[in-house]
Amino acid sequence: MEKEKSTRKFKGLELYDRQVEKDYFLLPFRFHRLTPEKEIIVNEVGDYLILPNGTFEKIVKRQIFKDSDEELYGDLLSNFFISEEKVSPLIDVLATRYRTKKSFLDDFTSLHIFVVSLRCEHTCHYCQVSRVTQDKGKYDMSIEHINKGIDLMMRSPNSHVTMEFQGGEALLAFENIVYAVERTKELAKVFNKKVTYVICTNLAVITEEILLYCKENDILISSSLDGPAFIHNENRKRPGRNSYELAIKGIELSRSILGKSRVSALMTTTNLSLEHPKEIVDEYYRLGFKSIFLRPISPYGFAVKNERKNKYETEKFIAFYKTALHHIIDYNLKGEFFSEDYASIILKKILTPFPVGYVDLNSPAGAINNVIVFNYEGSVYATDESRMLAEMNDFSFKLGHLDTHSYEDIFYGERAAWIAEASTNENLPGCSECAFQSYCGADPVHNLSTQGDISGYRPTSSFCQKNMEIIRYLIELMESDKRIRTVFESWIQ
Amino acid sequence: MLLKTKGVSINIEETLVGKVTRLPENLTSDSFLLVDDEIQAYPDKAHLGILSKQNDIYDLDNGSVVLKIPTLEHLTEGDIVSVGADGNIHTLYRVDSYHNTLLATERCNSNCLMCSQPPRDKNDVSFLYGIHKKLIPLIPKDCVELGISGGEPTLMGELFFDMLEKIKHELPDTEIHVLTNGRSFAWDHMAYRLSQVDNNRLMLGIPVYSDYYQVHDYIVQAKDAFYQTIAGLHNLARYNQRIEIRVVLHKLSIPRLVKLAKYIYKNLPFVEHVAFMGLEYVGYTPHNIDKLWIDPMDYNKELGEAVEFLANKGLHVSIYNSQLCVLPENLWQYARKSISDWKNSYMPECQSCSKLEDCGGLFTWNLKKHSEHIKPFTTNVLELSSGIE
Repeated sequence: MEKEKSTRKFKGLELYDRQVEKDYFLLPFRFHRLTPEKEIIVNEVGDYLILPNGTFEKIVKRQIFKDSDEELYGDLLSNFFISEEKVSPLIDVLATRYRTKKSFLDDFTSLHIFVVSLRCEHTCHYCQVSRVTQDKGKYDMSIEHINKGIDLMMRSPNSHVTMEFQGGEALLAFENIVYAVERTKELAKVFNKKVTYVICTNLAVITEEILLYCKENDILISSSLDGPAFIHNENRKRPGRNSYELAIKGIELSRSILGKSRVSALMTTTNLSLEHPKEIVDEYYRLGFKSIFLRPISPYGFAVKNERKNKYETEKFIAFYKTALHHIIDYNLKGEFFSEDYASIILKKILTPFPVGYVDLNSPAGAINNVIVFNYEGSVYATDESRMLAEMNDFSFKLGHLDTHSYEDIFYGERAAWIAEASTNENLPGCSECAFQSYCGADPVHNLSTQGDISGYRPTSSFCQKNMEIIRYLIELMESDKRIRTVFESWIQ
Repeated sequence: MLLKTKGVSINIEETLVGKVTRLPENLTSDSFLLVDDEIQAYPDKAHLGILSKQNDIYDLDNGSVVLKIPTLEHLTEGDIVSVGADGNIHTLYRVDSYHNTLLATERCNSNCLMCSQPPRDKNDVSFLYGIHKKLIPLIPKDCVELGISGGEPTLMGELFFDMLEKIKHELPDTEIHVLTNGRSFAWDHMAYRLSQVDNNRLMLGIPVYSDYYQVHDYIVQAKDAFYQTIAGLHNLARYNQRIEIRVVLHKLSIPRLVKLAKYIYKNLPFVEHVAFMGLEYVGYTPHNIDKLWIDPMDYNKELGEAVEFLANKGLHVSIYNSQLCVLPENLWQYARKSISDWKNSYMPECQSCSKLEDCGGLFTWNLKKHSEHIKPFTTNVLELSSGIE
């Protein structure tokens, strides 16, 4: 017994120190000035620390000491900012976490957009593509192209794909949707795929009969709602000026048949909307939605042509976003659950170790990797925005055509390779050293359409300007107010 | 609770393991007859031996017998005991308990400052496994849960997996809970080997005491332990093994407790359960009490923040070894009555407490060292908690 005790004598904390000569190694991480007093450092997998200004410099100059900066030193070490060994003993853990964050890539293309008709009975002033016409032959997707699109979708390595019907007004070609769903149902059995169906519609022409078919086939409804009537009807022009009334009626009817959770709404921000952030939020809240997605309009198609109305400054959008966000937070502080989707996407990236598969804010970008578009006339595009760019006669992101190109040509062709090169913010100039890299994404389509270059130019990029400020602001909010932190945490549960 | 007694053995050469019964008609070749007060005739049926309080016995042939045992009251019909050549009778399995544990080995590669069952550096693996091999087939098939502890069970080497396979074979419906420091699983082949046992009722309870290696290594008194344990956890996760993280609450683990919770969520989100456990005043703890003691009342803020952070992230969280009167009411939902029945005690003042039924109480040995804030609930809870605030 005596002998055993002597070999098991307790030792002091200092004996478990592995550091050699007060030196440490830097793991990859980036920094950014958050406020005049604080800076943020973010590591390769998105873990962050907020520190007093000047700390980053001290870290790099090896001026952080285990004894005098005990807590910070421990934080840096345990959060993968520094290592006491040249290769961190937990390098494999870091690698696993990196793989996890990027695992939205594992299954390749999930979202398959079928533009079943370009026809529409609306003339929304920001709309990029739609046509008011009865000419089905020219503006509806042919059965042959629908077949070929489905065949390509069945070749996706992803065992769970989403088939989304868009327009124009997709429901003007409802009989083609039915055809597409029925054929897909059969093939899904053969190819062992789970398929989620979505119809994007303005709801103006929706009927009980259509909805019963949706119910029977588990089809989700994604509608448009820009805010209260005076905004919605101004943005979304239609004979009779009754777009809002039809949308509300359509939402109610859809909910009554499909259930509340099967019906969503998307808003598009215009110059008019920018003046009414609270009214828009209130409208969504009033209608019983549990969240709202505050989206800026995209700079394509008719949108750019209608410059006076639509080309607002990004700064104005950010101000609008912040006001709306605070209004949403206030609802939460009063005990309601009501979230903002763009914030939720970013917060998930900041606060969780899990992947976030939102196609418009990913690196590598969602184009091709997560989304593909089959246009009404058989062209295949990398993203929804790509086909809108094509309406302005820029066919940069056209990957091929259903009649002439194979799966390999489209998904692994030269166009795809060219897009892929500009699709990772890890290697884009200005993004590669950005602290918010892992919270943000790459958008080659946006770059080309707004700046004429697929890689873009960060100092004048509206994508960059918007995301930098929104990300910074979200972090500042939750770091300065514990109640907001709790609200944000509830949004990502 | 008495778990060990001793008599005078006759005709016992190697350790025998068997069930006990007081009814001669129930005897089988792997059971002992217990003889309390009345001297009975030597049983007709085949049996393993006789355990008797008497000084003598009739008709002793060549059978194995232990005489002059001071008491047998602690043994229940069906309990399993080991009987040594030295007359020692250890209770190995109690049919009336949910807290039965196999002691795999007393050896350990760590030496935690607060170890409740200090390790011993002797090679006991083959001896103990020899007993367990006999014990496992005797355990009732409806056994709900069986623990395996040490020491560090994985130091059994291949025999560890052998034992788990035997258990899976004999007790396919029993939840198996292994307490290990997880360091051995830093070797990929060990994690792989465990996955080959292929028992989805098997859960490993693995301690992580800090997110900062040096503090963890100091607490467990073993260099490299933290990195080995974390690497081990990841290897186990890769093979889909079920894991529970165990955190003992004391003065050394509290300062970084909230950071540890965040570390668990970020780096070990695959764990099934996180258990926060009050300090046990036994084993090494009394010796190291100055380094370890903090009144539980004084760490409620850190504990609450850590527990609620993990619970909000959807992890299953529990608090063990705490008393309701010391815990803020919002944490009661996480408090579990986890202390094994035979180790469980209450303070004298607890007898008047209206919450006694719901409270986990104290380890018997913690009667000597406990929060200064233990006091009975005498009125309804709402009144009392508003009184505290």
